Amino acid sequence: MTDKRFVLLNMEDNIFVCCERVLAGVELLLEDKLVRVNTNIDIGHKIARKILSPGEKIIKYGAAIGSATDVIGVGEHVHMHNVKSDYIPSHTRQNKIEDK
Amino acid sequence: MKGYLRADGRKGIRNIILVTYLVECAHHVARVIVNQSNNENVQLIGFPGCYPNEYSLKIMEGLCTHPNVAGVLIVSLGCESFNREQLADTVKASGRNVETLVIQQAGGTKKTISAGVEHVSQLLKGAKNFELVPMDIGELTVGTICGGSDGTSGIGANPAVGHCFDQLIEKKATCIFEETGELIGCEQIMADRAITPELGVEIMKSVEKAEQYYTVMGYGSFAPGNAEGGLTTQEEKSMGAYAKSGSSKIHGLIKPGDIPKQGGLYLMDVVPDGDPLYGFPNIADSAEIVEMIASGSHLILFTTGRGSVVGSAISPVIKICANPDTYRNLSEDMDINAGKVINGEASVQEVGDEIYQLVQKVAQGQQSKSEELGHQEFVLTYKKFEAIGPSCLPSTR
Repeated sequence: MTDKRFVLLNMEDNIFVCCERVLAGVELLLEDKLVRVNTNIDIGHKIARKILSPGEKIIKYGAAIGSATDVIGVGEHVHMHNVKSDYIPSHTRQNKIEDK
Repeated sequence: MKGYLRADGRKGIRNIILVTYLVECAHHVARVIVNQSNNENVQLIGFPGCYPNEYSLKIMEGLCTHPNVAGVLIVSLGCESFNREQLADTVKASGRNVETLVIQQAGGTKKTISAGVEHVSQLLKGAKNFELVPMDIGELTVGTICGGSDGTSGIGANPAVGHCFDQLIEKKATCIFEETGELIGCEQIMADRAITPELGVEIMKSVEKAEQYYTVMGYGSFAPGNAEGGLTTQEEKSMGAYAKSGSSKIHGLIKPGDIPKQGGLYLMDVVPDGDPLYGFPNIADSAEIVEMIASGSHLILFTTGRGSVVGSAISPVIKICANPDTYRNLSEDMDINAGKVINGEASVQEVGDEIYQLVQKVAQGQQSKSEELGHQEFVLTYKKFEAIGPSCLPSTR
């Protein structure tokens, strides 16, 4: 069983996608395991399905969408702080501010 | 379904009079002519630059002879480089009425405006001469774009458009998807779908070109809102965007302004050739919409997660919203709620069928939300392209 606020898009994936906002501290059932999320997770964002090691490919839609840059625990937010593109760097409003 | 028959045999789903300025200096005069004409079928487009550019001439010719267009008023200042004679000749040769006003010859702002308003009123009368004839859904050209994508786009809206594309292509319609820079990471899967191995090679090359170009620019086609919406990398965004193409074979690789001669699925390479020269390939979503319209798109399927509100001159834009929260917030701007997929209330196929039905209604004259709201965005800037090679359109060889 997996909480219905998260969807697994492809059996090969090592992430779930959030379908409805979940607040920090909530306990979730992910494939029968109870996991506590420690940050808010918004719709469209990803959490880890398994423990990911630095350099490991992130798999979504059954395809690689980047590599982990850190150890990522099950249920942990998977995003720009712990993943990098294997092609071209992403940018945000925040890192433009930090550049200055 | 019916369409306005044009001399080249193509049929339009709208009967529009374009007022086009050929340099920013003529923009105000052209805009006032459109405003004073006060008719939703009179629309403003234009090109801001004073330097000559083959690409912008080609796109402008494609737009002014688009099947949805019935007549054109060209507004020139007089000293800009744009080849107004060639544009007028092309429009005339296409069987449409065309008038040119040169502000420096017409006696300035006021005189040009009053002459322009009169010309537009004559052009509107002339537009009625185009016969409405039966049109098959297979005669449609439909383009798709995603804008303001987020983590929901690739789950609901984009695959639903893909499903709609599959149905359109089955009916022999022409479908165009684009932005090779937003397909970085999907090159191998796309190449495998090409109808010939040579076309597959061209597709691989076009995505490699996009990657190099965007690397020089220092940014991928990835906006801060994409990240806020849960997308982490360019290739993640690409995988979601790619779903819009559906599952048909890829019949060709075209460049902006190239018009496919037969139905099927076409990838548009929007990244300029040669060393980066004029800046970002497309400065905003509207620039891509304009290119797909120049290649003949009668209407545009626009998927969004964060919530774009744009429409376009010339061709109706149908907005498909992937994110249920965005849909609640911006429902007046959205034609289709694909957020039902992520909420588990509808399948991708059901939403795809809904899009397919709406495509037919809008083709029959029903206004899309952005049309109703008066959105007629338009952007055309400098670019440079080489012609496509023979392997890019294998079916016409």
